[in-house]
Amino acid sequence: MSHADAAVRTSDGARHGLRMFLIWLPLAIVADLLIWFAWYPHMPPGRMTDQAQGQQFDIAVMAVLAAPVLLFVWVYFAYALIVWRHRPGDEGDGPPIHGNTKVQATWITATAVIVLGLFVFGTVQLIVPAGAGAGEGPSPIWKPNTSNLLQVQVIGQEWAFTYRFPQFGGMESTTLMLPLGQQVEFHVTSLDVIHSFWPYQLGVKADANPGVDNVAYAKPQELGSFTVRCSELCGIWHGAMFNYGHVVTPAAFQAWARGIQAREARLGVLAALPRYALTYDPTVIPQLGKDLVKVAGITGANGYYYPSLFQSGDPGDPVSP
Amino acid sequence: MSVPVRVVTLLVAFAAVVVVAVYVVVHYMVGTLPTVDYTHAASGGQVNVVLQEDPQNNSSSRPDWVSYYTMKPGANPMSQASWVHTTLFSVPANTRVNLTILGYDGCTPPRNNYWSQVQGTIGNVIAFQQFKDPGKPQGAVHVTPTLNGWSHCAVGHTFAIPSLHLFVPVGSPDASASLCSSSPCVSGPYTLEKFSFRTPSHGGEFRWQCFVPCGGGFIDGNGGPMQTFGYMAGQMTVVAS
Repeated sequence: MSHADAAVRTSDGARHGLRMFLIWLPLAIVADLLIWFAWYPHMPPGRMTDQAQGQQFDIAVMAVLAAPVLLFVWVYFAYALIVWRHRPGDEGDGPPIHGNTKVQATWITATAVIVLGLFVFGTVQLIVPAGAGAGEGPSPIWKPNTSNLLQVQVIGQEWAFTYRFPQFGGMESTTLMLPLGQQVEFHVTSLDVIHSFWPYQLGVKADANPGVDNVAYAKPQELGSFTVRCSELCGIWHGAMFNYGHVVTPAAFQAWARGIQAREARLGVLAALPRYALTYDPTVIPQLGKDLVKVAGITGANGYYYPSLFQSGDPGDPVSP
Repeated sequence: MSVPVRVVTLLVAFAAVVVVAVYVVVHYMVGTLPTVDYTHAASGGQVNVVLQEDPQNNSSSRPDWVSYYTMKPGANPMSQASWVHTTLFSVPANTRVNLTILGYDGCTPPRNNYWSQVQGTIGNVIAFQQFKDPGKPQGAVHVTPTLNGWSHCAVGHTFAIPSLHLFVPVGSPDASASLCSSSPCVSGPYTLEKFSFRTPSHGGEFRWQCFVPCGGGFIDGNGGPMQTFGYMAGQMTVVAS
């Protein structure tokens, strides 16, 4: 009997390879059917945006691919424990299987197909849905095929996110509202340390770095609420740096955005905000006409921020913008 | 080295490690600030809470840090004995909190002037008035929905409870005057600011913070007191009945 035969057919005449395959095959089919039809619709991060749906699909495909591999290991392990367990009086070694070209070729081919397939699949899934919800930096390579974009600037600061809408006069809000069916272009930045914008259910995650404009895309396709979290350790209140956003109908979004814009215009908030830009230098305040004073390179408190001339001057009317 | 000496050395080293560990746990992990209890001070569905923010504090370890103080319920704000160096206080649920802040610290512009807008108070306004000294008002009482910290030297700090969507700029006194130098402050120029908000109907812990980077000497002003309970970081405990 050759080495190859020894690997699949032992002296008892049993075809162990075939047995294991016949045990594994129905289990793998059942597992994949359960994953695809029962688990997939409930997998994170849901289907609130095209990006989230794409990530959900990716996770489901990965699970469908991984389940047969995992089951093969388990079936082999269980079969070996039961069939090839040590029996009283059996002191012999198992048959040597080194040099088995068939086993080696099967192993190398199968693993190569899996790894290269995942490489191609992962690359396509990153490119096709415009970056897969990840921050692509200031010059994104993968963009959606539309020029009808709602621009939303996400500003991280210790310890809250605020959102500016340049198409609505640059109004700013602590609440993130998005219209259903509208392609959104997030511009993520920070005013102090590194944060990370993570509206989990939207399938978006983008670092918020000071002085950097980090662009990510998503298109809401379900109404509902989502949670925005900071996913970069940023200080004592990092764990509490979250708020809630909502995907609403286009009409409701227009009403909300116009309402905030009108309110902030009426109160003078829009005039008090810096001109909309993709990044901000918080040590420059245009209203003061000059850079702020730094103490030993550090912007500080107790009035250190203000140039001395301003600090000793007339406080003026503190209410007007 | 003999066996007894080695055993004694080992025991002493072990004891030293235990002592250090206990010290760290007691002083940094389970050591808590006092909480000023306003739950029994509520009447008619309202409670009056008083805070002050100072350019320094009376601690022995960090006297140069800016800091909030919390007043004992119903006490005299012009007596130093009335103030507790803590940023923890408790209030009843489903209650109108009338918050008064005495702003003794000087002006510092917020990094984001969006925080000049008053949000989450009843009426979305604050009422504030500058004083040269206790009993010596400087100008009229302003009732306003904004306090611009960029165009005027007007904002010292903010008081914000983000989870309640409460964001309030806190006024600073006349920038030309010398600030109070002995905390808790009971003399010197200050701004008296008042606003009200409602506590939720359920109990819970609600963190509050300042959004003006006021940690002098730290990168971007966001370290030190900004990240330390008892200074510019605090917690409001809402107690359900």
